[in-house]
Amino acid sequence: MYRYDEFDHAFVKARVAEFTDQVDRRMAGEITEDQFKPLRLMNGVYLQLHAYMLRVAIPYGTLNAAQLRILAHIARKYDKGYGHFTTRQNIQFNWPALSDIPAILTDLASVEMHAIQTSGNCIRNVTADHLAGAAADEIADPRPYAEILRQWSTVHPEFTYLPRKFKIAVTGAARDRAAIQVHDIGLQLTKNESGELGFSVYVGGGQGRTPIIAKKIKDFLPERDLLSYTTAIMRVYNLHGRRDNKYKARIKILVHETGAEEFARQVEAEWAEIRAGELKLPDADIRAIERYFAPPSLPARPDGDSAVKQARLDSRPFGAWLDQNVTTHRDPDYAAVTISLKGIGEVPGDMTDSQMEAVADIAERYGFNEIRVSHEQNLILPHVARADLKSVYDALVEIRLETPNSNLITDIIACPGLDYCALANARSIPVAQDISRRFADLERQRDIGELKLKISGCINACGHHHVGHIGILGVEKKGAELYQVTLGGSGDENTSIGDIIGRGFAPDEITDAIETIVDTYLGLRLDRDERFIDAYRRVGPAAFKQALYGSEAKAA
Amino acid sequence: MKVLTANRLTDGAVVWYGADHGWSEAFESVSLASNADETANLEAIGKAACANNEVVDADLIDVSRIEGAIVPNRLRERIRANGPSNLTEPGKQASADFRRPG
Repeated sequence: MYRYDEFDHAFVKARVAEFTDQVDRRMAGEITEDQFKPLRLMNGVYLQLHAYMLRVAIPYGTLNAAQLRILAHIARKYDKGYGHFTTRQNIQFNWPALSDIPAILTDLASVEMHAIQTSGNCIRNVTADHLAGAAADEIADPRPYAEILRQWSTVHPEFTYLPRKFKIAVTGAARDRAAIQVHDIGLQLTKNESGELGFSVYVGGGQGRTPIIAKKIKDFLPERDLLSYTTAIMRVYNLHGRRDNKYKARIKILVHETGAEEFARQVEAEWAEIRAGELKLPDADIRAIERYFAPPSLPARPDGDSAVKQARLDSRPFGAWLDQNVTTHRDPDYAAVTISLKGIGEVPGDMTDSQMEAVADIAERYGFNEIRVSHEQNLILPHVARADLKSVYDALVEIRLETPNSNLITDIIACPGLDYCALANARSIPVAQDISRRFADLERQRDIGELKLKISGCINACGHHHVGHIGILGVEKKGAELYQVTLGGSGDENTSIGDIIGRGFAPDEITDAIETIVDTYLGLRLDRDERFIDAYRRVGPAAFKQALYGSEAKAA
Repeated sequence: MKVLTANRLTDGAVVWYGADHGWSEAFESVSLASNADETANLEAIGKAACANNEVVDADLIDVSRIEGAIVPNRLRERIRANGPSNLTEPGKQASADFRRPG
């Protein structure tokens, strides 16, 4: 993975010193909250309902064991013994004291981590496919490009005060595991007819109160032009993006109102001015960054097949975990393991300090020191020898992280919601927990098959409800929580925005409503191979409305 | 009825204002404002506490008396008072001597 050079170290160290001074001055009353707030936000410090919250960047979701151990240390020493992995591959600590944050940032810097640009109207953490470097279907590893974008965008003076926050995602395969079409810029690595590497460029996607699927504005952007073309997009946005209305300030609104064709024309015009200039990436520089992400050398482990076969015979739970949480690797002796942070009845994305330490140990022993955070709030060990899968499973059982539910209905994405978040209107976590308990039976979950259920506690959609096969949006109506259901959303290469199915449900009705939807699907699917999303796309909402609302639906 | 709440500057903890002891994590001894004068008084206390950097985000919130206990009207404020509703051992507010409102 990427290692800081001298410049990076000096930069982060200076930033920690600067913010430490700002915190000291704030605590001494030398600067007001109005003066301090924009400074703390630039360093990832929010004030939530109960306490300050620190959001730590995990660039493109890649961690090593030492980094995960520091996160565990922070959770234990400065927080309440846990952290929360987010849909942007970051981690949030929910309870740090402001006075401790300088020490936390110093600890983070010791393992090349920071919280810079995890808030504010700047380019945020660049996210990527969590199976980068491991996926069998990958054209190229997206992380070197994410790292190039990170270096370019970090405290970029021109793009530090954008009209609104800006999110970029990169995927290295045709199968989109990074939800690129709901990002401000989505980059998909591809090759042209001559076999050269480049990107399909999507722009203007996003969720929030106005969900819009990104438009592809360029079929093939050569890799050397990554920064010049991205700069051109940012300049058009920075110039024309609305600053008068926060709700219309994202690039998706600009692209939508300008029209994708005209927007692309403006980008091309700007690009023509700068593409031959200093932003043109020298091949040697790209390859140098690429070397940081060189895959570990994976020794041949041909004993995997027989080991797995035997272990499956010996242990049914292991077999279930193998079927659900283990993904094909480009090397047939290896596999990628999903560590579900969605134990039945647990808080999606939460992890305790001791679990973090144990996973760091497992990654070191069996996983070539690599850990990934997925935007679906799980951890991934991208390179595990198939021959070691049973040992990894047994180690996960010891820390209760062996739940075999990846991509099933209890693998729920949920934002922190009103239990923590100052923006939320309704709770997300208890809804996720209740649904998880209702569908706890693994046989039932596996019968239902792939089902992406995503919950947001407000319209900002951190829980990605718009692209859930089943989405749940919590709102406040007449002082009470109400949950609106959307169906048919998807955040992959066939991205779609879910349809609102009808009136919302009270907290004590929502789990029943989800069960009704699932039962309706089971009743109408063609066979077990027709996933929920496929069935919904085939039949549309009518049957689900009828099941949920009965005669009410007919009248409406 | 209203009460005055804020987050403490140094650690962000949820605090309420009580005439007897100033800002505290204890909800049960919070000062109630039942009329315009009392409300204005609390508001002024909140502004002053923000200005002297004791607390941030001072706010007057609506409360009601339910079966003798003072309870915040909005769920948001009840969660601020009780800690996250999903935690069996909730937040900072759940110290041994803290009595949960409602």
